[in-house]
Amino acid sequence: MFKRVLVVATAFLVVSSLLFASGSGEQGGGSAKPTTLVVGQIAEPKALDPHTVTAVNDFRILVNIYEGLVQFKDGSLDVEPALATDWDISDDGLVYTFHLRKGVNFQDGTPFNAEAVKFNFDRMLKDDHPYHNTGPFPLAFFFSSIKETTVVDDSTVRFTLSQPYAPLLSNLAYPTGLLVSPAAVKKFGTEYGRHPVGTGPFRFVKWESNVQVLVEKNPDYWGTPAGVDQVVFRPITDGNTRVTEMLSGGLDLMVEVPPDSLQVFENNNKFQVYEQAGPHVWFLILNMKEKPFSSKEMRQAVNYAVNKKALVDNVLQGTAEVADSPIPPAFDWAYNDSLRPYPYDPEKAKQLIAQAGYDGTPITFYVTQGGSGMLDPVPMATAIQADLAAVGLNVKIETYEWNTFLGKVNPGLEGKADMAEMAWMTNDPDTLPFLTLRTAAFPEEGGFNSGYYSNPEVDKLLEQARQATDQATRARLYKQVQAIVHDDAPWLFVANWKQNAVSTARVQNFKLQPSFLLELGSVTKQ
Amino acid sequence: MHRYIIKRLALMIPVLLGISVIVFLIMELIPGDPAQAILGSFATPENVARLNAELGLDKPLVQRYFIWLGNILQGDFGRSISLDRPVINEIRDRLGPTLLLAGSSLIFAALFGMIAGVVAAVKQFGWQDSLFTFVVLIGISTPSFWLGLMFVLLFSVQLGWFPVSGMTAVVGGGGVLDVVHHLILPAVTLGIVATGVIARLTRSTMLEVLRKDFIRSARAKGLTERSVIIKHAYKNALVSIIPVLGIQTGFVIGGAVYIETVFQWPGIGRMLVTAIQTRDILLVQGGVVVIAVIYVLINLTVDVVQHVLDPRIDA
Repeated sequence: MFKRVLVVATAFLVVSSLLFASGSGEQGGGSAKPTTLVVGQIAEPKALDPHTVTAVNDFRILVNIYEGLVQFKDGSLDVEPALATDWDISDDGLVYTFHLRKGVNFQDGTPFNAEAVKFNFDRMLKDDHPYHNTGPFPLAFFFSSIKETTVVDDSTVRFTLSQPYAPLLSNLAYPTGLLVSPAAVKKFGTEYGRHPVGTGPFRFVKWESNVQVLVEKNPDYWGTPAGVDQVVFRPITDGNTRVTEMLSGGLDLMVEVPPDSLQVFENNNKFQVYEQAGPHVWFLILNMKEKPFSSKEMRQAVNYAVNKKALVDNVLQGTAEVADSPIPPAFDWAYNDSLRPYPYDPEKAKQLIAQAGYDGTPITFYVTQGGSGMLDPVPMATAIQADLAAVGLNVKIETYEWNTFLGKVNPGLEGKADMAEMAWMTNDPDTLPFLTLRTAAFPEEGGFNSGYYSNPEVDKLLEQARQATDQATRARLYKQVQAIVHDDAPWLFVANWKQNAVSTARVQNFKLQPSFLLELGSVTKQ
Repeated sequence: MHRYIIKRLALMIPVLLGISVIVFLIMELIPGDPAQAILGSFATPENVARLNAELGLDKPLVQRYFIWLGNILQGDFGRSISLDRPVINEIRDRLGPTLLLAGSSLIFAALFGMIAGVVAAVKQFGWQDSLFTFVVLIGISTPSFWLGLMFVLLFSVQLGWFPVSGMTAVVGGGGVLDVVHHLILPAVTLGIVATGVIARLTRSTMLEVLRKDFIRSARAKGLTERSVIIKHAYKNALVSIIPVLGIQTGFVIGGAVYIETVFQWPGIGRMLVTAIQTRDILLVQGGVVVIAVIYVLINLTVDVVQHVLDPRIDA
């Protein structure tokens, strides 16, 4: 009997393993072994069509296959030419004319030209476009100010805007502005997302679901050729598994290292740790419509009462910096560096609370269990709760799963809560204040101003900054906004996250970008 | 017998219908919707409404359920919104790895569980029995996701014997040995609890059977001890062990959800976790229905096998 079971078991193993065996050693056949960079990603990508996806995880692959008209400069969030060599903006800010790089081909051999650019934007923006049904395109509203895309000649394309919209250039540099091959979209239709074709330094080879996305060096790339022959992107959703894979040599590079594990790599000279502050803000929304936070003293008091330095150093273990305004320092050109974070001063907080006449009513605090950019939300919330208790505030925490949490916070906090955790990652200094701090962005107006902050001066400045096409003017306006918002304290400003990554010592020339994108074109491996 | 099998298969239909209604309702009851999950911090009510309309999620629940039902009867499981591909393709890719993992775990559990149980019963109160009771207790009471991580730390990171995660090596992998090499740790981890349960049951059943009169008669006839235990005692004990194997199958497939996450095994369990997080209702439906079918079929098989082993049990 045992023998029979054993035979059946062995037969099962062999047969089923055979079913999954896919022609072993298919990559090892060549004479010179190609250099392969294996990257540990945090999840399986949704699709490799830049216009249909929204997650940074997908963008990390896309920026290596595709390029846009413009791109973020190395180490900055300022834009520079990419597939466009230069551009003109009309004085009224309504017409953008881009001059395209000549002689560039998509990886399927079709030419990159003005027609291709028009196809890309019309597909996203025009409901009657024949390939609009290859969507939906959730972030198409980045370009909703574009009224018309016109082909001037083969290498000139013109965008006509319905109203001036200064963030357009940064939005074009964002992955939603990456350009796809029209021929490939026509060929693959709704399956295009699994057959991506761009103009970038790597071209797509294959996608094995839940196992890997493989790209290889694009031999016809117009710019500097890629430094490695192949890149494998492996989805490893569990942070600890990613760390153990890295430690055992299964990865060359991994992103989003859990703070607890960072030390392990820092103390080991076989690995190299990278950190880069990015355009991220972690804050608490304060409900200004109702007591107690309708009072400015109370709002400033909580900003003084919380020891943010201890939060970033101890809870986040140094993976973030203390924040001071709605515009993170990563936007170097727009950041107001004369601001200082609210110091930790419980005495001052107590004094302000007394002035405000707080009556001891419990304060409801919405906390999420985790979510995009939320770092370590539960331990952070309990630390904040303890700091606030120390100055006499009675804070009650209510915890929700991420989607549930958004469903409660985004419609506004009125009648439900006094504080809520929130985090944003953006690509332009305009995005966060414009969507979360204007009177016209109250939840009932379709915005994210869930705490009902309203200051006509800020409304005016943000509107002006959007209309201005000159970067110096925009910078001046944003700096004013930051100073006012810092003082009004509609939020409890907490942290700016530093993105991290780890590579083996064999990986060279790798750099994290403030955009949080993962540019691998210049990386080499010894 | 045939009539019985056909009847059981027919009974699957109401079971599956019931499950699909429950899954649909639960997915509807949990707050948050797919559009919100996709848009993240850009989920303005306006953007959510527009995306929901494009995804066809703005129709009433009942209407969406019947559309789904109508499609599935024609073999169309719909399109996953979180993965942007047909649900059936995703399930097709994922089902094999899960069956391989769950199947191997069950074989491991059945083999070792029964051997340990028989040995412990034969050597009752001996050192083998004490050792076995101790190990089984630990196996049953250790959370397997934790055990999995510990196995990885020891066998993969420290000793380097097994790969940490995945089903095949990324570079140059894919052969049979490669798959087996990747399979060992997750299969053992997943099978440990079931091994303990089966071992315990085998031990107690064997002890019971060994005290029966026909065993005494067999020994009196002068049969070898080996033949008494394997041919007479064990075969009789098997009748009560087999149905537990069926129940354990359910636990093993359920356990695959977190073991697949720890080991990044590309199976249905991990797919379901992601699908629930992104509120991808069609993907959840497809996955749950397929698992339910497997579970029902395995239980049917167990009943049939039991009938074959002991024709006195009514099928």
